[in-house]
Amino acid sequence: MTKALISVTGLDATGIIAKVATKLSEMNINILDISQTILGGYFTMMMVVDLDGAHMEFAAIDEALQPIREEMKMAIHMQRMDIFDAMHRI
Amino acid sequence: MIETGEILQTMRMIQEENFDIRTITLGINLLDCSDADGEKCGRRVYDKICRVAQNLVKTGENIEREFSIPIVNKRISVTPVSLICQADPRPIARWLDKAAAEMGVNFLGGYSALMHKGATLADERLLESIPEVMATTERLCSSVNVGSTRAGINMNAVREMGEIIKKTAELTADRDSLGCAKLVVFANAVEDNPFMAGAFCGVGEPESVINVGVSGPGVVKKALESVKGQPFDVVAETIKRTAFKITRVGQLVAREASQRLNIPFGIVDLSLAPTPARGDSVAHILTEMGLEMAGAPGTTAALALLNDAVKKGGVMASNHVGGLSGAFIPVSEDIGMIEAASCGALTLEKLEAMTCVCSVGLDMIAIPGDTSAAAISGIIADEAAIGMVNNKTTAVRVIPAAGKKAGDTVEFGGLLGFAPVMPVNTYNNDAFIARGGRIPAPLHSLRN
Repeated sequence: MTKALISVTGLDATGIIAKVATKLSEMNINILDISQTILGGYFTMMMVVDLDGAHMEFAAIDEALQPIREEMKMAIHMQRMDIFDAMHRI
Repeated sequence: MIETGEILQTMRMIQEENFDIRTITLGINLLDCSDADGEKCGRRVYDKICRVAQNLVKTGENIEREFSIPIVNKRISVTPVSLICQADPRPIARWLDKAAAEMGVNFLGGYSALMHKGATLADERLLESIPEVMATTERLCSSVNVGSTRAGINMNAVREMGEIIKKTAELTADRDSLGCAKLVVFANAVEDNPFMAGAFCGVGEPESVINVGVSGPGVVKKALESVKGQPFDVVAETIKRTAFKITRVGQLVAREASQRLNIPFGIVDLSLAPTPARGDSVAHILTEMGLEMAGAPGTTAALALLNDAVKKGGVMASNHVGGLSGAFIPVSEDIGMIEAASCGALTLEKLEAMTCVCSVGLDMIAIPGDTSAAAISGIIADEAAIGMVNNKTTAVRVIPAAGKKAGDTVEFGGLLGFAPVMPVNTYNNDAFIARGGRIPAPLHSLRN
């Protein structure tokens, strides 16, 4: 399983989770874990997803999130989970 | 499952504390490119490098993007050139430089000769060509091994290297003698070093190999800020834990690069390599331990602890560790060292002492342009003796900055940084260097 962390931050608005989740679902990317909070008006979400279902290059998946970044004015960052596992788990 | 705090810690290390993978270095064997004719040999070398390394930079960039970890340099190291051509090696240098540019790597190492016991004709030809080659190529790095614990020190080579460094400085005088920043003199050179200027692909290496060098002095410094005033036991443990985390990422990147390029993984070099950026300094780790400046009494002990703890932490995190592995102490590439050298806290003699316990040696040190060739040879001999006797790699990369005197500044730019010109002991050693010959290997070379 190729797991990635998607972090989404920016000013809170209606429908952020829906937009991101819909886009992921369109690419057949399964959400494994999700945590979300509002910090001082800032929307902060971290998702762990499984990229294997997408059969797409990492860069292409990242690119597909670009319209949401622009439309919702959110910072969306995607990063392979392996780096956290490597650093924090033996 | 990874906790949020752990994710944030990793992100902080990368975004705020300058943690990065310093280099993915692709080692390429060139022995099959050997030819009696330099031009033909160069052409073969060029073709082979362009074939083997074609995906190196792109692969590095993909890994960088997917894991969100900066991979600062993608580089190439090759078989020492003196081993592949008996003729004039200058055409090969041109082809190597061209290949490096074509592949998009910023440095290519291996314009090298291994002459710790003596010189072949090819070694001599290569040595002669170094000043011109360093002045006329952009990305090519050169290294010469002049001593080893097993063989002793080749004092003829030491003498020649003093002259070659001087000449290289003169030929690149218009660029603050930059040519010397690409030239390093070793004792006990290692075959799998991924770092420049000293990287070459040794004859014991496979056809091609991926070696990775990690870095992260800023992360170690930050970790030590949380244990202020505590005993050294705690300091050592903190460095070990940090080095472990850093190296695990190095191992991950090395494994990914190796798989994607279908080239065997060689080693991870467990290094703390600084840059001139603030927050990326090895010297500031030493000051965090309680020294006002690098060079203050206690500096060598602090560095010894650091160097050892980095290895102990890192060695558990990677299945193959090698290269130079330890803390680098270049002057021009470390803002804390630059400050210490500028204010006089750090002297050449103290740096020499520090090289007994750091990962390599006297590195990126600007010295007055009028320093004699014999004095430079003397510095090389001293450093080689430390390496030979202590069974460690040592090196000299000094820049006798043409036209500059102690107190002036030289500017190399980029990762190579800038440096104050440091004074050199001016008492005469001409008769010592003129002797030549070999300093015999120490008794403990006889270990069989």
